[in-house]
Amino acid sequence: MNRSLSARTMVVWCPDWPVVAAVLAGEAGATDPVAVLHANRVVACSEAARAHGVRRGLRKRDAQGRCPTLVVVAFDEGRDAAGFEPVVVAVEQVAAGVAVLRPGVCAFAARGPAGYFGGEDAAGERIVEQVAVQVGVEAQVGVADGVFAGVLAARAGQNIPPGHTRQFLAEVPVAELERPPLGDLLRRLGIHTLGQFAALPAGDVFARFGIDGALAHRLAAGLDDRPLQVRQPPPDLEVVEEFDEHPIERVDVGAFAARAMAVKLHERLAGHGLACTRLEIAAVTVDGQELYRVWRHDGLLTATAIADRARWQLDGWLTKRRVTSGIMRLRLSPHGLVRTGGLQPGLWGEAGPGRERAHRAAHRVQGLLGPDAVLVGVPGGGRDPDQQVTLLPFGDEKVPARPDGPWPGALPPPHPVLTAGQEPVQLLAADGTDVVVDARLQMSAPPTQLRLPGKTAAVGVTRWWGPWPVDERWWDDTTSRRAARLQAVLEDGTAVALAQTGGRWLLVGLFD
Amino acid sequence: MFYRGWMAVAGLAAELGVKPASALATALAGQGADRVLPVGSQLRGLLPEGLVRGSTVAVTAAGSGATSLLLGLVAEPTRQGSWCAVVGVPRLSLAAANSMGVALEHLMVVPHPGTEVATVAASLLDGFDVVAVAAAGGLAPSVSMQLSARARNTGAVLVALGAWPGAQLTLTVNEGVWFGRGRLRCRRLSVAVSGRGSAARPRTEQVWLPADPDVQQTLDQPDVSDASAGRRLRVVA
Repeated sequence: MNRSLSARTMVVWCPDWPVVAAVLAGEAGATDPVAVLHANRVVACSEAARAHGVRRGLRKRDAQGRCPTLVVVAFDEGRDAAGFEPVVVAVEQVAAGVAVLRPGVCAFAARGPAGYFGGEDAAGERIVEQVAVQVGVEAQVGVADGVFAGVLAARAGQNIPPGHTRQFLAEVPVAELERPPLGDLLRRLGIHTLGQFAALPAGDVFARFGIDGALAHRLAAGLDDRPLQVRQPPPDLEVVEEFDEHPIERVDVGAFAARAMAVKLHERLAGHGLACTRLEIAAVTVDGQELYRVWRHDGLLTATAIADRARWQLDGWLTKRRVTSGIMRLRLSPHGLVRTGGLQPGLWGEAGPGRERAHRAAHRVQGLLGPDAVLVGVPGGGRDPDQQVTLLPFGDEKVPARPDGPWPGALPPPHPVLTAGQEPVQLLAADGTDVVVDARLQMSAPPTQLRLPGKTAAVGVTRWWGPWPVDERWWDDTTSRRAARLQAVLEDGTAVALAQTGGRWLLVGLFD
Repeated sequence: MFYRGWMAVAGLAAELGVKPASALATALAGQGADRVLPVGSQLRGLLPEGLVRGSTVAVTAAGSGATSLLLGLVAEPTRQGSWCAVVGVPRLSLAAANSMGVALEHLMVVPHPGTEVATVAASLLDGFDVVAVAAAGGLAPSVSMQLSARARNTGAVLVALGAWPGAQLTLTVNEGVWFGRGRLRCRRLSVAVSGRGSAARPRTEQVWLPADPDVQQTLDQPDVSDASAGRRLRVVA
């Protein structure tokens, strides 16, 4: 028996992980026959579905033919990875240096847990129990020399004694190498098991199959010396403060606490060389109410900016929302982490001392009047001028409400300089009747007079242009809008923008 | 050899009208280029030397046109990277500002300063290059003077919407005439300039706000597509 170079590796395998993750995410019931599909092929199915004859690689229609009650879930790598995180955390409580091979499979060196729990089998049992208790997920454990054999052992639920890995692998089909072209070729050459493959001379395998073939040959021989890529647990960056003794009931007290927390959070981030672009503030009140808000920011949040946002949020919760009891627990967690220096300030104009000074002044005004007092405009798209620019509080992430793009029917500039409050006005024809635009954009009569809101006397209309139609979102009852727009110059030299909607004329804007 | 070469270069420079860098610097310092914010070519006639830092400019109107003139004033500075804030104009349309050439990334608005107009304006004067203030109820003259003094100290330009006691320059829109073709296109404003110093002699200038060069060029021709002239079939051949 040749001495193995591979380290003893324990592998935890959760069977049918994509299905389990979908069930955990609530996309399917635990007892339903479930199949996870990717590109119209089944990639994983539940035990109930397998009993109906559903197999991996089946097409959706075939699978549904075999099992009419099949619940079909789309494959989602993110869901699989996120769902596996609690399992990894549970395993990490027992074993150190856990490497996630793929969602559903993780591995670690067996020596530590085996020594601690008095044997590999005892350690395996302990881990299966840990995962079952903490996450409620079924898992299997296998131990072998090397990761490759370990995964196969876990699927078989076996503990392969040291040095017996080669025998264990000997009867395994070559398809398990997970190199389809190589496995196919080997089968056609009459080599069906890893044992047969391993028996070939290494030099000849290298000459015939290249470097990847040589690597597969070593795996087949149980000489898996790839080191584990141990997962770095994400650093704990949240700052949590408990106020059990004196719940926060006043804004100034809260602001004081929040400032200290902000400095702590900023220092913690700086210690990892990170900065955040979003801040999540969560609070729990004495009577158990949970409050939560994410603040977005278009740059890096400094300690002052974090403190400001925490203060505004507490102000909002304690004074505006009238929270009935004090805040017992406050949590600041950073999101949208970037490496400091990863966010480059612009080269011209938007950066520099002028920007810094202007931003400081804007911050001061926000401190004085509240965060929503200072607004910036973000150009977007829309059919009406008031839709084309989205007003956002200064410091928020600059995302326009409507994307820029072709907006057929949008009026070209000049736009009204002052928006009006959509107040009803009367547009009158020469005979004193109301001017009406019908569905075919025909005006009942040319407008001659306009009665502005709050005025009794009408003003003469000297010239007018339009009407132009808008028919937006007709597919949605709640947001659909139909209007006819008109521009008019009045006798006193002012120009106005009007819109007729629902049979009434509204004052939309003033060309001041 | 070297001397002759130098003479040749100097001669060539004189021929091409090229000045050495040192001469350029003195010329700029003489005009105080860093003390002036540029205005768009539209408004050169109105403000030949641009917006002088530290000064107060009042924009008023007999009828309408003051807001457009304000946007016209801040358009060029924001495009050149100066920061501008507008206080107390709740209904200002930033889409119109954008279409008139204001760079929105350098513009911030405080639509509802409430009773804190003076405090807000004073804070903004510390950081912004141009601060436009509209005080709904009017400010006490002493407060206006203090804000003007603040602008003078910080080197910002205070643009007041409405009469302002301490203003160096007052721009009054007397009359506006709209021109359209198919829709509203452009407006000719006649603006009276009065004030102190070089502007002591009142004068009136014509300004196009909003401007539309295509329409302005052809204004002599009759407006054939004017809908209010009536939509009748016309003999075309």
